[in-house]
Parts: sequence; C-alpha cells; structure tokens
Amino acid sequence: MRVNGRSVDANPGPGQCLRTFLREAGHLEVKKGCDTGDCGACSVLVDGAPVHSCLYPAARGVGREVTTVAGLGAPGDLHPVQQDFLAAGGFQCGFCTAGWVVTAAGVGPVDDVERTFKGNLCRCTGYRSIRDALAGSGNTTAQGGFGDSVRPPAAERVVTGTEPFTLDLPDTGVLHMALLQSPHAHARITRVDASRAAAAPGVRLVLTHHDVPEVLYSTGRHESRLDDPDDTRMLDDVVRFRGQRVAAVVADSVAEAQRAVALVDVEYDVLPAAFDPETARLPGAPLLHGDKSAEDSRIADPGRNVVAATHGEVGDVEAGLAAAAATVAGTWWTSRVTHASLETHGARGWLDEDGRLVVRTSTQVPFLVRDELAHVLGLAPDRVRVVAARVGGGFGGKQEMLVEDLVGLAVLRLGRPVQLELTREQQFTLAPCRHPMRVSVTAGADADGVLTALAVDVLSDTGAYGNHAVGVLFHGCHESVAVYRCPNKRVDGEAVYTNHVPSGAFRGYGLGQVIFAIESALDELARELGLSPVELRRRNVVRPGDPFVVNGAPTPDLDYGSYGLDQCLDLVETALARGDGEPAPEGWAVGEGMAVAMIATIPPRGHHATASVTLHADGTAEVAVGSAEFGNGSATVHVQLVAEELGIAPDAVRLRSSDTDATAYDTGAYGSTGSVVAGMAVADAARAVCAAVGEGAPLPVTRSAEHHGTPRSVAFNVHGVRVAVDRQTGELRVLRSVHAVDAGVVINPEQLRGQVEGGVAQGYGSALYEEMLVGEGEVLTRSFRHYRVPQLGDVPPTEVLFADTHDALGPRGAKSMSEAPYNPVAPAVANAVRDALGVRPHELPMSRDRLWRLATTHPEELA
Amino acid sequence: MDLVSVTELRAARERADLALAPGETVLAGGTWLFSEPQPVTGLVDLTTLGWPDWEELPGTLRIGATCTVERVLHAPWGPAAGLVRQCADAFLMSVKVQHVATVGGNVCLALPAAAAVSLASALDATALVWTPDGGERREPVTTFVTGAGTTTLRPGEVLRAIDVPATALTLPHAFRRASLTRHGRSSAVVIGSGDRLVVTASTTRPVVLDRHDLETGLAAIDCWYDDPHGPTDWRAHVTGVLAREVAAELAA
Repeated sequence: MRVNGRSVDANPGPGQCLRTFLREAGHLEVKKGCDTGDCGACSVLVDGAPVHSCLYPAARGVGREVTTVAGLGAPGDLHPVQQDFLAAGGFQCGFCTAGWVVTAAGVGPVDDVERTFKGNLCRCTGYRSIRDALAGSGNTTAQGGFGDSVRPPAAERVVTGTEPFTLDLPDTGVLHMALLQSPHAHARITRVDASRAAAAPGVRLVLTHHDVPEVLYSTGRHESRLDDPDDTRMLDDVVRFRGQRVAAVVADSVAEAQRAVALVDVEYDVLPAAFDPETARLPGAPLLHGDKSAEDSRIADPGRNVVAATHGEVGDVEAGLAAAAATVAGTWWTSRVTHASLETHGARGWLDEDGRLVVRTSTQVPFLVRDELAHVLGLAPDRVRVVAARVGGGFGGKQEMLVEDLVGLAVLRLGRPVQLELTREQQFTLAPCRHPMRVSVTAGADADGVLTALAVDVLSDTGAYGNHAVGVLFHGCHESVAVYRCPNKRVDGEAVYTNHVPSGAFRGYGLGQVIFAIESALDELARELGLSPVELRRRNVVRPGDPFVVNGAPTPDLDYGSYGLDQCLDLVETALARGDGEPAPEGWAVGEGMAVAMIATIPPRGHHATASVTLHADGTAEVAVGSAEFGNGSATVHVQLVAEELGIAPDAVRLRSSDTDATAYDTGAYGSTGSVVAGMAVADAARAVCAAVGEGAPLPVTRSAEHHGTPRSVAFNVHGVRVAVDRQTGELRVLRSVHAVDAGVVINPEQLRGQVEGGVAQGYGSALYEEMLVGEGEVLTRSFRHYRVPQLGDVPPTEVLFADTHDALGPRGAKSMSEAPYNPVAPAVANAVRDALGVRPHELPMSRDRLWRLATTHPEELA
Repeated sequence: MDLVSVTELRAARERADLALAPGETVLAGGTWLFSEPQPVTGLVDLTTLGWPDWEELPGTLRIGATCTVERVLHAPWGPAAGLVRQCADAFLMSVKVQHVATVGGNVCLALPAAAAVSLASALDATALVWTPDGGERREPVTTFVTGAGTTTLRPGEVLRAIDVPATALTLPHAFRRASLTRHGRSSAVVIGSGDRLVVTASTTRPVVLDRHDLETGLAAIDCWYDDPHGPTDWRAHVTGVLAREVAAELAA
C-alpha cells in the first residue's frame, strides 16, 4: 500500500478496517467520528476515489494508493481545498474538517452539494461556512485586530489534519481499555467472575466493583463539587441503567480488550425499574438511590427519587390569573438529544518521571477533572496533571468525567500508559444526553397584554444519576422566567431519577426546554389578545433596572452590563416583515413565529480564571490560560485580546492552554465563559504588561490577572422564522430564518456568526429531527444512521443580525454568545407551525410524522 | 470498524472457494459488514471472483452481485437510466459508500430501505442464486426478500446476479420517495413501471400493486414497517400519497 506517496509495510489484520490501519501507521489525521460510515470524519482517497476508511477492509487497500488530508497539502503548502476551508473559516472544532477536505478534493466541483456531502457531518458550524468553503468564498483574514474576522491560530493545522486532538498520539506501548456494559436497567450484581477474561490473550487487568474505590462522586463537574450529588461509584454493585459500566478490561490491543469483555461472567438479580418520571415520584416506585443519605450525597429526597426541587411563588398567581383578561395553559415535552460531538469521549493516562498521574483527555474542564480525579483516587491534587489538546466538540457533553476515572485507576494499578476511547454507540448508551422535560405553563395578561401571572411546572428526567440535575433544573427555570416582568410568578420544578441513561449538561443547560414551553404559551396568549407576538414581548420583557425574579428573592449578582433585547426584537420583526426568503410550495400552509431567550453571561456562584501574558524582547507575546478550545473560538479571542492590548499582530501571539501544569487555574470552558471570564483575565494581564512596559520594566515582562466570574451580565437572542408545511406528508420547509443577538461589542464577526449559526442549526436539529428513542430503558437509536444529526441539506440559511451594545462588564464591551442561540429556535418554529396549521405543537421534535398528525387533527377537537 | 473476532480473510478465486467453514460469511463491498460488530470469525471476499459488473444477455441485463452502486450507474439501462440514478440517490449512504457498496450486498441485506431492492423489484428483476451443490436457482426479487433483513437465501447459497428483463427498461416509470429528512433513510419508496407499482421502505418486504386497482392494493398491505425512520401510520398514509402521485404520473 502507498499512503500519501510513501510505501507502507502493509500487513493489515483480517478484520481490520482501513481507518485503524492508517492510524496505526501514524496517520493520525484520519479521525474517528462514528466508525460506521455515517459521519465522514475518516474519509480518505483510495486510488483517487473518496471512501469512508472505517468501512473499507484494510486488506483491500494493499497495492492501492491511499491519500489522507495530510497528503493533499501541509501548513505553508496548502491544497486549494484546504486553502478554501482556511479562507472561509469552514470549521470550528475542526474534528470533521479532514473528512470534508478529502471528500471535496476527491469529488471535485459538484452542483449538488447537499446530496454529495450527505456523508459528512459537522456539529459545530451549521454548514454555512462549509458551503462558503466549497464555493470558494473567503470570510476570514490572517491579520487584523479586535473586531476583525481573524482566523483561528490553529487554522492551517486544522485544515491539513496536523492539529493534534486528544488521542492523536503514537500507539506504541499503550494498553487499551474496553468496557462491559449492563444489559439491565436496574439490577444488583450478585456475582462477578473475571477469571476467564483475565486469562485471555493480551489481557493485563480486569476491573470490577471489587477493585474500585468506595468513593461516591458525580460525573458532572462544576466549580464546586458540592453542586452535584455524590451518587456515582466508579463501578458499582448495583446497575441503574442499560449501558452502565460494569467492568473494564485492559489489554495490549483494543481487539484483545473487546474480545475479553465478553468473558467477564456476571450474574444479576434484576430489580424493578422506574421509567416514567411522573410515577417515579409516587409511593411504591422503585427507588434508584434509596440506599443513600440525602445529606451526605446531596439528594433532595432519595425516598421519592427526587434529586433536586424548587418550589416558590412571588406575588399571588391565583389573583393574577383571576384578574387576567386572557389566560392560556398547556404542557410541552422535549426529547432526549445527544451532543454528537464528532470526537467521542476518550482519555490516555500515564505516569510521568516523578510518578505523577498524567491524563490527557477530551474535556472542557481540565482543572475540575484534575481535582475530582484526585478526590476519587485518593491522591493530592498536585499528584495529578490533566491536559486537554484541541477538543473535538463539546456542547456541554465534556463537562463530565466519564473515562478519566477508570483510565487513571488502571494507570496507577499497572504503571503503564492506558487509553480508553468510547465508541459512538457508547456515546448514546453510556454518555449523558440532554434532559428530557415536561413543562406546564399557565399565563395570564390584562387587556393591554401586560402579564398578570406566570406559573411554570417543570419535571426533568435526569436518568439514573444526578450529574447536572440540580444545575440544569435551576438554570432552566431561571433566565427563561426572569426575562419577563410579572408581579405574580410561581415556579415548581423537580428533577427525578429514572432507570434511563443519565442526562447531563447540554448547550443551553435547561433553558431551551423551559423556553420552548414558555415562549409557546406566550405566543398563544398574544393570539388570545390579538397582539403580535413581538408586541406582547415588548410589553413584558425586563428592561434595565428591573430585578431578575423567578420564584423568590431577585438574583443578586446579575446586572445589565448592556441591554439589546429591544433592538433584537426590532431587528427580527423588520427582517420577517420584508417578506423575502424562499417561496412556499403551492398548496402548503405558511406561518411565521418568533421566540425570545435571555442568558446570563456567566454561571452563578463563581467561575475563576487566571491568565498570564508575557511580552518578549523580539516583539512576540505568549499567553497562558487554562481554558480549553473545543470549537468555541476562545483561542482566537484570547489571541485577539492580547494583540489588541499590546498593539502587535495576532500571529505574534502564542497560546498555551488547558494544562493543569502549564497554566494557572481555570474553572473551565462551560457556561459560555471563554470570552467573558478567561477573556477578561487575559485582557487584564495584557493591560498590566503594557503598564509595566510603560513604567520602563525591561523585557521580557510577565503579568498575571484573575477574573472570578462576577458580577454577571445578560445576553439576548431572538429567533424569527417563516415555514411552509405540507399537510399531506408533514414535511416542513424553512422559508426564512433570522436570528438577532445581543452579544455586546463583536470581537470577531465571522466567528460570532459561526457560533450563532451552529447553535441555530443545533436548534433546528432538536426542533425538527433529533430524538434518542428508548424502550424499557434501552436506547434504540445508537448510531448516526438512526439518530438524525442535521446534514448540510437539512439546515436552512439563517441571517444573523447583531444588536449594537457595549457591555460594561465584558472584555472591551463584549458578551458571551455560544450556547444561547440554540435556545429560542424550537419555540420559534413551533409558533410558526401553529400559525401555519392552526394547531399548536406540544412535543419535540416536530418530525414529519408528528406534523402530519397535527395537520390532520381538526382544530375543534383541541378546543 | 474493526471486526475483532475475525481471524481469517479468504479471497475467493473460484466457485469452490465459496464453501463456507463454520463462522465464515461472505464479504462483498463490506460497507454494512464493517459498520456493526459481527459474530463471525472468517470473511470470504467475493470481489476477487472477477464477476463482470454487467452482461448484456439475450432479453436480459445481468447485473453482477459485486457491481458497486457507483458503477451500476454506467450500465446500459437505456430509458431506465434516470430511474437508476434516482434509486442510487435514495441510498442513505453517501457517494463515498456507493464507491464501495455492491448491488448484491444491498439486496441480500434486504433492509426495507434497501434501494437496490426497490430498483430490482420495480424492474421485475430475478435473483440468480448459486446453490451449494453447484447448481443455481432463480427467484423474483419481490419474493427473494421476505422481510426486514430476511431473504430466501439458505446457508451456503450466494447471490450471483440480478437479472433485469430488457422489456422492463423501456416501460414508462415514475419514482417517489419520502423520508424524515431530506436526504435521510427512505421511509417510503413507490416506483411505478408500466402497470406495476412497487412499494418498498414503508413495508417489511416489497409489495407489488396493480396501478388499475390501486386503492384495493393499498388497503390490503399488511406488512407496514416501524423503525426510527417513521411510524407505521405515517408511512402508510405517505405511501398512499406517493402511490397516487405515481399512478397519476403514469396515467398522464
């Protein structure tokens, strides 16, 4: 076999695919996204034709010419397609990019990109920038300052496949781990015998519940470990969902480890399971964590499967409803959604020269993982180092510790490097998903459309473990409710254990689910009152000076650093009123809808970053900051901030990040904090360097600065959409999509637009297509073949509009804008469907079959 | 993905090589076989047998089972070339899979959404099957596929080719397809050819309808398929919509 023009000593295994063969041969630019031929990240050319290398028998490649993305071009010597992706900024995390570049280079110019590229998925961009790359139009610049569309520092390496991701390391001397997963939704392990597995060829270690620490912890990671319940054991003698880790086998190769997994003998005493979150709270329901202490594990009510609860009222909701001229009430449901980061969870651990545990992992929160690893493994934090390379997509999914614990323990036991890479199927069956919620809303307004009452009742299904259950419940009910001025509010919310795959942190962190319900209800209220939905919002949204109130005392450290919601409403209203966009197919029902979302720019209760900036005598600078780059663009922003403050070019700034040894503490990249917490620290450090130089300090000069995540500002998003629905088939087409954001001063227009488009695309996915189906606790959609991540052809173009504001609290007037664009999309689409069909959707996704059923429902039946 | 239990890969050079040992299975393109864990220990590669991609026989266009989806587009389909292109586009899988996936593999996989089953059924094609005794048998593709993922293939039998009657190529045809996303897996496919309408994807096996007695045929369908790509009530409704469109187009 010749790979990129060089002969490779080819002796592939009989069942080996070309992907793993190429990676073993050192071609780490060939990525694994799904391993099933659905995502395209592993695409290579075989004799010039693009193929999915994960489906291609390696033995068939013998004697053929294989070309990977690195064979097409290299940094400084880019292939024309690589140049196009660079110029367009056609990537965010960049994990899928190699596959796009190879496919585009292999097929040449095509007329039908939607069909041609249906075998390439991108979860970050929303595809607009990829369309631009395929069309050869540029959006970014290599040079430029603050406010320019400077391209990411790693851009040339990303488009050539040479930027290393988490597991892009040589395979020599590394042991591999495979996992045995529970076949039962709820069972006690009565016997486990690892002897056959331990005796299998190549096996070095088998871990079962007998071999792991007794320590209870949570996979969910926060600044304070007390935010999440201690309800999880590394390997437990009780399994609480189908797919839960039962045993881990470490062997010389992945294949040997996988083969030996089947030899671990386990006997189970199957227990009754709770699948319905409503009845899981009732007396007599099977208890998932009834054995745990409410106080020690921080579970609200283990005797009722309730992990978190909020109940409270301000004013008098009953009186408010009684005084209302119009009232509405309804209940809405959202589905399980997977993050679909193209890079699966994975970690490699080893011992350094001092015998310290080093774990390189795909995480948004290296410092939080370090601290919890130390806690679970009984080590001092300074005996653990956690490193994140470029992370292949996060969306909240990598604010969890899912693989690092077992890897760490195996490394300590064996003293040798150990790696665990989850399969795509395990991303569905083992890694957390978005919390499915049932949200009931009752709202009333007076004849002028001014809200008199707003009551929200939330039931969140957290699955078998409570990672992020508390935070998602409270956050979900916070900005969604607080964005409205209303004297009488009530919020009741509970997060409940069920014997399902755990739910966890997901873009929007609960807001999207609750906003779907509230924005749908308010749309209906506007109809009742004969007001336009925008006008109803204008009369009720908070304005600077209003307190942020949910169901108790106002939130203390949240402030109006800037306010652009009024502009966002105007921008969307004006854009939709132009009436442009795609024409509706003849005979289809047409409707318009909009929805509002507010988000705090920083999570509550502390979010810390320390950055240091060094200016060298040669005019270059170095910035060290702990936060991770996972496609959020924070690396670009940090470089731009330093360049701006120091008055140097962005390419004169080097970045070191996400290494618990090489940088100072950072809570991590979640809650959209990359720009506004770490970015503030970076900007302050750079300013301190300037000041020192001004005072005559000799170069090099290093200064550090900190930010602690308070006070916090608010950012706003308004989504507007016009849709057409075919009543005969339920097919929905988006005719016009517009999204206005209030992100303060725009640091990097192309990057901000990309974040918004990516969030909106994910919103369309949740609104229209995506759904993890489960039956008796079993996840039935376990691959991208059966779980519908939007393809290039599934995402409509969205016009992104920016409000003109300057935030007093963010770096140089900027605000965060990463997860928020996701939140208002589903309700805007639902409101448009209501407008088109005359019937309101109450359930996500609004798939074609559901819309067909809705369209064939007679409105009078619903009255 | 790697098939970790496979310990041997044999390249078949002649028909005798197709005698399978316990644990062995035949390998064509491999695009499905390598997409899921498989309980097999050996693979026997059919693509080394050198079967022609197609042969023009008297009255028959024979498509070799190992012909890839990409190459079959270049066969001498005559007036049916457009229909073949529509079926190729109906594959869930991308052009990159079509470079490798085979017509025979897709038929033997026998998924309701298998586009090669849709095409072969619509063109009234026959499966040519090699039997383990050295003989062969023929069976219409519409009965060769018996359900979701099941065929009449018995142990040791290998699909050699799909024989398409030349007469079918010149019949007027019409194609309709529905799915939950634009280019997603087919939820319903209706192809009309002359007076026959063939339903696939929404049913567990191909269903042949008479264009002139369409409603009776639709009402009699008893094998609606249910999976994550659409519930049966919607599939049944949409199949009716598509079938009426196909019938109307053919009647025009």
